[in-house]
Formats: sequence, C-alpha cells, structure tokens
Amino acid sequence: MSPPRIHEAPLLRVENLSVGFGPRDKVNEVVRGVSFSVQSGRCLAIVGESGSGKTVTARTLVGLTGERSHVAADRLELNGISLLGLSNRRWRTVRGAEIGFVLQDALVSLDPLRKVGKEIAEPLRIHGWGDRSKREEKVIELLREVGVPEPEMRARQLPHELSGGLRQRALIASAIAMDPGLLVADEPTTALDVTVQAQILALLQKTKERGRGLILISHDLAVVSRLADEVAVMRLGEIVEQGPVEQILRAPQHPYTKALLDAVPAAHSKGTRLAPLVEGAYIPAGDPQVPTVIDTRSPIITAEDLVKTFRGPDGVSRAAVDHVSLEIRPGETLGIVGESGSGKTTTARIVLALLDPDSGNVTLRGKPWTTLKEKDRRQRRRRVSVVYQDPLSSFDPRWTVRRIVDDAIAEEDYKGKEQRLGRVKELLGHVGIGAELLDRRPLQLSGGQRQRVAIARALAPEPELIVCDEPVSALDVSIQAQVLDLLADLQSELKIAYLFISHDLGVIYHVSDRVLVMKDGRVVESGSADEVFKAPQAEYTQKLLAALPRLDRTETERKAVPA
Amino acid sequence: MSTAIDPNAIGAPLPGGAPASAAGSRLSARVRGVRPAVALSVLFLALIVIAAIVPSLLTKGDPLGVNLAHSLQSPSLEFPFGTDQSGRSVYTRVIYGARESVLIGLGATAVGLGLAALLGVAAGLGGKVVDGGINRLLEVLFSFPGLLLALFLVAVFGSGVSTQIIAVGIASAPGYARMIRGQVLQVKGADYVIASKALGHPPSRTLFKNILPNAFRPLVVLATLGVGQSIVWASALSFLGLGVAPPAPEWGAMLDAGKDYIQTAWWLTLFPGAAIVAFTLAASCLGRYLQRRIEGETY
Repeated sequence: MSPPRIHEAPLLRVENLSVGFGPRDKVNEVVRGVSFSVQSGRCLAIVGESGSGKTVTARTLVGLTGERSHVAADRLELNGISLLGLSNRRWRTVRGAEIGFVLQDALVSLDPLRKVGKEIAEPLRIHGWGDRSKREEKVIELLREVGVPEPEMRARQLPHELSGGLRQRALIASAIAMDPGLLVADEPTTALDVTVQAQILALLQKTKERGRGLILISHDLAVVSRLADEVAVMRLGEIVEQGPVEQILRAPQHPYTKALLDAVPAAHSKGTRLAPLVEGAYIPAGDPQVPTVIDTRSPIITAEDLVKTFRGPDGVSRAAVDHVSLEIRPGETLGIVGESGSGKTTTARIVLALLDPDSGNVTLRGKPWTTLKEKDRRQRRRRVSVVYQDPLSSFDPRWTVRRIVDDAIAEEDYKGKEQRLGRVKELLGHVGIGAELLDRRPLQLSGGQRQRVAIARALAPEPELIVCDEPVSALDVSIQAQVLDLLADLQSELKIAYLFISHDLGVIYHVSDRVLVMKDGRVVESGSADEVFKAPQAEYTQKLLAALPRLDRTETERKAVPA
Repeated sequence: MSTAIDPNAIGAPLPGGAPASAAGSRLSARVRGVRPAVALSVLFLALIVIAAIVPSLLTKGDPLGVNLAHSLQSPSLEFPFGTDQSGRSVYTRVIYGARESVLIGLGATAVGLGLAALLGVAAGLGGKVVDGGINRLLEVLFSFPGLLLALFLVAVFGSGVSTQIIAVGIASAPGYARMIRGQVLQVKGADYVIASKALGHPPSRTLFKNILPNAFRPLVVLATLGVGQSIVWASALSFLGLGVAPPAPEWGAMLDAGKDYIQTAWWLTLFPGAAIVAFTLAASCLGRYLQRRIEGETY
C-alpha cells in the first residue's frame, strides 16, 4: 500500500537505548530498551505522558542529558556515524549543524537579554558560517522562512516583546539555521493557542517536505496525527507500541494506547465517561453518564452587558470584556472557550465578584451581586466557589490538605474538631482522596491530586455554582480525563452548575451544555454545545474548529475495530 | 520495526502517585545528612547558651577578680586565654561576657524585627499614602550608615546595655522593614489570598491566617543572620566606649580594653574577637541551614 520508495538507510537509527541517572551504583533508569529509526522526509512522533521518558529520549539525541546520566545503546547512529560517547566538543559540532533541537517553552529557552536576531545567528556563528553581515542577512531570511512578519523589526526585539507564537517561530528558525538533516522538537506547540499551533505545525510540515527528518515529542495524540508518519507510544520509560500513524490511531493494539486515545475529550466522547486509566487498571471508557437535569426556571447567575477595560502598558485602554451577557442555570454547565487574551478569565472574575465591572451588573439568584459592598457579599460568597487553573498557587503552601479543606467548611454548620474532620474526610472521599493524604502539604501531592483537593475545597461551602478556570489545562491527558469525569459525577450527584473556562475546544465540547465563544472580549457565538460545534455560525468559530487537530477523522474506523 | 509490548506495563502505577512519595523520601534524606559545619555550629551555640545562663559550669574563676601578680600573662594551662592587665583570666571573662553579648544580639534583633514588622506590614497593607510615608521615612534612615545611626542614638540617650540594644535594633530596622513590606505585597496578591476572599472569609482572618504567616516565613532565617550582625555592631559600640561600662566583661568592651596592649599582649584582643567571629559564623551557618530547609520544603 505504501508508495514505492527508494529504500535508503535511515537518517537516525536507535537500537536498545537505555538512559539512567544518578550515581553509578544505583542508576535510576528512566528510558529502557527503546528502539526506533527515522528516515529523511519522515516524521516520527514519540507520544507519552509526563514521566514517560519521552523528553529524556529527545535530549539523548542531542547529547544534553547532563553529567550524571548514563546512556547505553546497541546502536545510536546518525547517517551511519555513531553518536555514542561523543565528547562535549564533538557534540557541539553535531548539535545545530546536523541535529536541530526545538525546546518546549520559547520564553524560557530564549536568552531574555539577547535580541532575537542575535539568538538565531548564534548557531551560525558557532559553526563558523559566513561573516557578520552575511549572518545578519541569513537571520532575516530565516525569520521570513518561518513566517515571522516584519523580520527586520523582530530581529531587533527581545524575546518578551514577541508573542508566544512568534517566539516559537524564532526558536524554530534558530534550530533550522544550519539546515540540519534531523530536527527534534520537544512539545513545540504546548501552551500555544490552537490557531497558532496550526501555524507552527504547518511550518514543521514544510521542513519535513523539504526532506528533513523530524522527531516530534508530544503528549497530544491529536497534534501528532497531523504530522507524524510513525508513532511510538512511551510509558514508564519503554515504548509500549510503535507503528504507522494510521494503525496507531485506528487500530491500537496496546491497552495503554487505547486508553490514551479514549481519554481525549472531544465530540465523540460527549455524555460518556472518559475514565480510561484508573491507577493501575484499565476500565473501558464510553459508559454513558447520567444526563444532567437542567432547571430552566430561575438562573443562578445573570450577567448583563458586562464591560471591563484595562489600561495597557502603552497607555491605551482595551476592553478585556466587551458587552458580555450570560446566564447560568441550576445544574448546567456553561462553557466559555476562547484563545488567550479573549477575556474569558476576566469574565469569570467578574462573575465571582473578585473584579468590579466598569458597567453592567451580575445578579445572584435574582438579587444584586456585583453592586453589593464586599461586607454584604461575604455571607453569600459560599454559593459560588472556584477551581483555579494552578491549584498549587491557590493553596497556602504551609497548610496541609486537611487544613486547606477545613478552611472552606462553614463554621456555623460544622462545629467541633471531630465533626469538622469527619466533613473533611467526606469531602475528600467525594473526590477520591484517601485519609492518608490528610497531612500532606500541596507540594507533596501530584498534579492530579492537587486538583482533586482543589475541587474538594470548592465543594466544601456547598455551592450552587463552581467556576472552573482552566481546571485541567496543566494535567496529563489521563489525569485530565479523571478530573473531567469527577466533575461530571459530582454534577449529577450534587446538582451543581459549572461555569467552565477553557482554551481547549475538545474539553469544552465534552463538558458543556451551552457554550460561549469569546474573542477580543466579545461573545462571537453562543448556543448549545452541539449547535456551536456541529454548525458553527461565526467565522471565528469555524476558523478555530478548522485549526483544531482532531482524532475523530478516524473515529468511525477506530470504533469498527473490535477491542 | 519492532513493537515492544509489555503486558505488565498497564498494571504498574501511573506517574500520578509518584512525586509525592519521592518528595517525602528526599526530605528525610536531607534531615539525616546534616553537614558537619551545621552540627559544629549547633554545638558551639549550645556552649554559648550554657555560658550565658550558668557561666560557673564552664569556669571556676571570677571575671572581676583583680590579681595584679598575674597581670598580662600569655596563655598557659592555668589561664588558657592568658590574663589582662589587672590579672583577670581572659577565658573567664569571655565566658562571662557571653551573657551580655548574646543578650545584645538577640535583643537588638528582636527590637529591629519588631519595629520593622510594624512598619513593613503597615506599608504593605496601608495603601498608597501610608506606604509612601513609611517609604520616605525608611529612605531617610537608609541614608545614614547603620553604625552612624546607632552612634547618634547612643549619643542622644546615653550609653548602657539597654540603649545599645535599642540603638542597634533601630539601626537595623529599615532593612528588615523593606523586606517585610515586599513580602507582604507579594503574599497579598497571591492566589491563595484571593481564594480565601472568594470563600467569603473576612479580611482579618485572611490577614492573620494567610498573609502574615507567609510574609514572615523567610524572616525566621533572616533573624538568625541578624543576631550575628547585631553583636558585631554592638561590639563596635562597646569598642568605641559607648556600650557596656569597662569593668563588666563584654566581648566588644574587652576588645576596646585590649587595643592598648595589642603589640605586647595579643591574647587580649584575639580571644574576645574570635568569640564574636565564631558566634556570628555559627549563627549565620545555622541560619543558612534553616533557610535551605524551609525553602527546600516549600519551593
């Protein structure tokens, strides 16, 4: 079936690679027996969750595992030349010239005090390419190639003056400056908005089409499906499944790969459990959830014509929220989706009365809310709680789990140490946290555990509405699935309404009954989740959906294959 | 293309549970591996505390007992640190001097921190006008070198141990106040403070349960470093004759008295000087250790 191709030797060949860290007598192996190869003009994607060893594998390919690492392999060859045991000096001639490396977070990876143009010229300078003026020309050419508008101006700017998408492009420009045969990209689109992500993926696609080999490291199967020819799924340091992209997405063999695919919230998962990966066991996803009963009579929150302007650093006022109206009814989930800077978080903060709107007002159960004085509002705050994006920073770092949850329990309802402790345990039980974690501090919890504790705290005041501000965006896909399932279970059990904010269209579609799409502070489209996602009216929504890498293109085929 | 499928892989724990236990074991490892310098510091500080409370346990001599027959003897078995011009044992005087020196160190730090806490918290929470006012005051205080400020205060209020404590305390307050203000401002805007507000807690509760404890946390360490600093400053005042009155044994005062004999009787200045240096080093070393412990646990 595959098109006839000249059978050339692979560009990169890795056989039985193991990487460990620590002192020689007790090496902690984080990558074990990994084998793969990449041909010119092809893309291998290494997919896995945090701790799977995918980033360490990528770093091994550019010799950046550090002093305390132990790298062993039967074969680690680029163009037939072994990369094993190279000296630092030799690695410097390979890196940049033969293997380009694109790091995840462009803001951290770029020198904050160096102009972007200088940064890109660096690999050229190191490898002795041309003279200064020729290099400057080349930098402009590279920036133009990666689609940076006004390259002459951008080259003179500092990293923080560029947007996330532009920074990532600059980083790619620097990686391809010497036109290396192999490009290793570690989570190149994580933390980028979907439309920007689509542009970066297109840029990487172009490199591939120019006949360069590409290794893409990602946690996101949907992103991978756009670019990859081959996929290797890593878990706990080993490759559990490897094969052509169509096979992995349509007919995954390993239960972990299946679970990973099922955990991605999207159109097909709506109204079903995602719960694919409960610690250690595989439970088939797709069980129908109890549909929520929505009381349409009296809304909990009614927001009318909210406006909030902020003065930017340049002194120009911008409307972060521009005439936004919304209504949240008991027991329903209202999703707000939009890219960064669309005003969704500002809207949430106004609904929470943590920020006063310039005009417009919010009522809670038909009574004034944002217009109240804080003193009068305090009593009613318990009816609306919050789950924040970063649970760690939303906890007092000195407090234990017990104290964090206890702090949110109403004093008048639960009196005495015993009764309060009982309530803390009950709340933690709701979110699947055992009593053994009561005395842990936030830092001693995993990301998923933290978000569960945050949800327990939000439940403590027995609210009617929980505002969830990007509650799963920092979590691995399997943990994300667990948290989304938990929220859905709690909703059907306790009849809580959610205002759910996310940049992730799949997540929003999965959780929401109704959806608002925001752009530049305005609501560009609203309606039921199915209306908005299946028949988007606004041009912007259509653009967002088109930019979204999705798995459901192959969904029907995948379901046809017996598990 | 090989496909390595491990049938057991799915049964192994997910990465979700791992970091917590790792953090726990890292913590206990750190407690076990206390460095010798830290242990030495603790030992030395314990000695100083004993010297300050019951000096007679460490020496049989009398710090004020004049015996001209033994004047200016170099260190020997009988007088391990030698004797001064009046024949008093320098060792005994260093031991007895610990009480006042340590009292000055702790007292001055307490005064400095107390004053700084008032100013810093008021500046951090008081809004623009209060913050501006306190900042100007701190800038004025900053424009004097610390020691000069202490000297000025002693000159106004007269010399003596209590003025020494107050003077050094006031002189060190501006630095602490700036830090506390910064801490309060930072903690005030933290997510967990907003979370507390969103839970409907009154501001006083948030202040006492979240803002103040977190703002003062780094000060525990700073205070340990400050004790050593205060002793050095107090010694400087004593050296200039503005602290403890001469016959009383105090490390700074002993330095002052010994300076006239520095060419002939080096031990008069060396041992009290060494005591100051050692105490400062030990306090700082312990302070840094505590800092690492606290920051290691929370960041």
